[in-house]
Amino acid sequence: MSALTVSGLRKSFGGLHVTKNVNLNVESGERRLIIGPNGAGKTTLFNLITGEIAADGGSIQLLGKDITQVPARRRPHLGMARTYQIITLFAQDSIMHNVLLALLGLSRSRWNPLMDLGRQRHLVEEAHQALERVGLGHIADRPLAQTSYGERRRVEIAMALAQNPKVLLLDEPFAGLSIDERRDVQKLLLAIPRDVTMVMIEHNMDVALDFADRITLLHFGEVIVEGTRTEVVADPRTREVYLGH
Amino acid sequence: MSFYLVLTVNSITFGGLLFLLSSGFSLIFGLMRIPNLTHGSLFMLGAYFGATFVGGLLGFVFNFWIAALLAAVLVAAFGAVLERLLLRQLPGQPSAQVLVTLGLSFMVADFCLMVWGGDPLSVQTPDSLVGFVRLGPLAFPLYRLAIIGIAAVVAIGLWLLLDRTRIGAMIRAGVDDPDMARVVGIRVSQLFTTVFALGAGLAAFAGIIGAPILSVYPGLDQDMLPLALVVVIIGGSGSLLGSFFGSIIIGFIYNFGQALLPELAYFVLFLPMLLVLLFKPQGLFGRFVP
Amino acid sequence: MSARIVTLVVGAVLLITLPFWMPGVYYLNVASQILFYAVFAIGLNILAGYGGLVSLGHAALFGIAAYATGYLLQHGFGHPAAILIALVVAMASTALYAVLSLRASGIGYIMITLALGEIVWGLAYRWISVTGGDNGISVHVRPEPFGIALTSASAFYYTCLIVFALSTAMIAIFVRSPLGAALKGTRDQPRRMNALGYHVWAIRFWASMLSGLLTAIAGILFVYYNQFISPQTLALTASAEVVLMVIAGGASTLFGPVVGAALVVIVKSVVSGYLTRWNFLLGAIFVAIVILMPEGLVPGTVRLWKLGWRKTIARRPKIFKAGGPPV
Repeated sequence: MSALTVSGLRKSFGGLHVTKNVNLNVESGERRLIIGPNGAGKTTLFNLITGEIAADGGSIQLLGKDITQVPARRRPHLGMARTYQIITLFAQDSIMHNVLLALLGLSRSRWNPLMDLGRQRHLVEEAHQALERVGLGHIADRPLAQTSYGERRRVEIAMALAQNPKVLLLDEPFAGLSIDERRDVQKLLLAIPRDVTMVMIEHNMDVALDFADRITLLHFGEVIVEGTRTEVVADPRTREVYLGH
Repeated sequence: MSFYLVLTVNSITFGGLLFLLSSGFSLIFGLMRIPNLTHGSLFMLGAYFGATFVGGLLGFVFNFWIAALLAAVLVAAFGAVLERLLLRQLPGQPSAQVLVTLGLSFMVADFCLMVWGGDPLSVQTPDSLVGFVRLGPLAFPLYRLAIIGIAAVVAIGLWLLLDRTRIGAMIRAGVDDPDMARVVGIRVSQLFTTVFALGAGLAAFAGIIGAPILSVYPGLDQDMLPLALVVVIIGGSGSLLGSFFGSIIIGFIYNFGQALLPELAYFVLFLPMLLVLLFKPQGLFGRFVP
Repeated sequence: MSARIVTLVVGAVLLITLPFWMPGVYYLNVASQILFYAVFAIGLNILAGYGGLVSLGHAALFGIAAYATGYLLQHGFGHPAAILIALVVAMASTALYAVLSLRASGIGYIMITLALGEIVWGLAYRWISVTGGDNGISVHVRPEPFGIALTSASAFYYTCLIVFALSTAMIAIFVRSPLGAALKGTRDQPRRMNALGYHVWAIRFWASMLSGLLTAIAGILFVYYNQFISPQTLALTASAEVVLMVIAGGASTLFGPVVGAALVVIVKSVVSGYLTRWNFLLGAIFVAIVILMPEGLVPGTVRLWKLGWRKTIARRPKIFKAGGPPV
């Protein structure tokens, strides 16, 4: 069963064609890696998939359902979650509160103006568990402003996982991390069960290549090569994209 | 028929005055991305300076035009001080800067009240422009027509400044993309001071030019600021051409509105602004969305 | 923690016993004013403090409720009917205000609300057949709920105190609720909230309605207190003053609004006896607070106490970040 299918996706900003007729099919449980040089349009592609930017044409299907016209705020409710390249967390709050907000986003309680959020045992428990999964349970009450960059990356992942996504989009989850931190995040990601489909954008080849079942190479908004790791690495077009321009 | 003709000429005149007022506002809004809520008070300050210099309140009667330039320079300097001392404390926080300009407007307005008192002051029309011009059966005050000329001169001057000088190019770059401008080495914060001072000076100049028609009174700032806001929103942020056309449009709406629909005058004035903000927020000629 | 409770208890006791120790009716009336302006400020704080939407036209909503009450009373309606209808009118106006202003955020929101405030002021000023124009509307009666005449200063004071206490309790609950947390989230990271599944516009809309409710209640108390409503109450200066109350006291704090209200009301009524140019003072305080202590007097004084002057100014937080694009 296909978890995520993108057909003929197009986007231009004025005269600049950022995404040109992209087709992508990610099977359920697959680990897909999207690579490409800077400016290839990888993050834009993610933004189109999550709905933060509206596409000019083409369609997006999530778990068989056409979500092209579905507004971005509904897509998490349909099973899609995402982490960001640039960290946009709630700096004034604790790590726990950040994850709580992620949990609350999918709950009907988010409209409740009366109950005390801090006293919602089940939500707090769930948030704690989400933090434990990424190894941050011991500092749950620490203000985000007092955490390290590596810890914040893990909070991002905790927030995404807290929403129990079927499809998880990770935008450069290893960016800016030290070797140890990279190893921790890698372990974390490998431990995610196969009922979650994962699509990752990464530059960092050594950690990313191990992770991927299939790789898509993007350049100037188009899919250039796609296939298994060996296929993509062997393909002459890959070398051309990275070296020959 | 003549009623409408008079209204039309008055509208164009008022439009000219509005252009003098709003061009500075538009520049500041375009570059610094903040609606300068002190602008009305600076206009009023210029008008009060005008009353003082021209009216000989300091014991010495200045020539009208010298007074106008002097007032403009003084208020421009004041504007530069305000920007450097206060606004620069809040880099990258436009909402905070707007609030500071709001607080400053209270201060400047009250200062004027302290110094010049509560009675309206009048400013004599400059001798060279006293009198009427006859157009058929109608007589138009020469000064009012002169304002149109003054506005045109200033418009051309500003256009030359923005289009033909290096500093104008820097301002335009800053309006289009402040971050990029910094990257190519433009000292954007210095530019902020310059433009704020220029805007303040223009406002003061407008104040004194308008004084013979509007006179000077407490509350003048509250009457003029909303007009500057409306002109710039409708005409477009950061666009001189927009201020030009916006001023004329508002000049007409204001005068015809007052004459034909007095009960709805304010409504008629602000409704177009609201509509523009809702449906075409960059205005007619604007470069960006507020 | 206990210092807070002690302060709260002491404060409550002082407020409840106020008519007994306050020297004279004049000061009792000042206290009443502080309380209903505090309710107004609490209302604005929902949007400006917790929501990050600085409304520069809020006096319009305040004034609409006051004018509606005055108009209805003038036309022979009884107090309960007048108050109820005025609230409905005010809430409908708030809904319209919200729909129009929430097209933008950040500077755009500030400008739309400013324009809306000016339009309503213009209507109050010019629509003489309804509002009486500059002459305003006079209200010579006060309600008598359960037979208690509110004409005496202390009876009116207690009414204001009860409304203030209820409003504070309401906000205290709201802020700790999921919707309150969501609202704060939309202030800090609107795009992120959208991506997490929240309906940012709807959250802001309901926050506006709650804000409008408290603002309307304050407006109704105002017209009963003042016995008169005129366009001046809706002017930009009035909107600026309530923004000052919120910011000076401490945006997005529970007791900031009442401290801010006290500051502004005291400067206007008491200080103005000694200092004729109190607008200058208000403006100066506003500028000083926005630059030096943007988090407001309530949190700022606490930090001042702990850190001393230099550190307080050096480490001042950035409260007014750009609101970001509308979501």
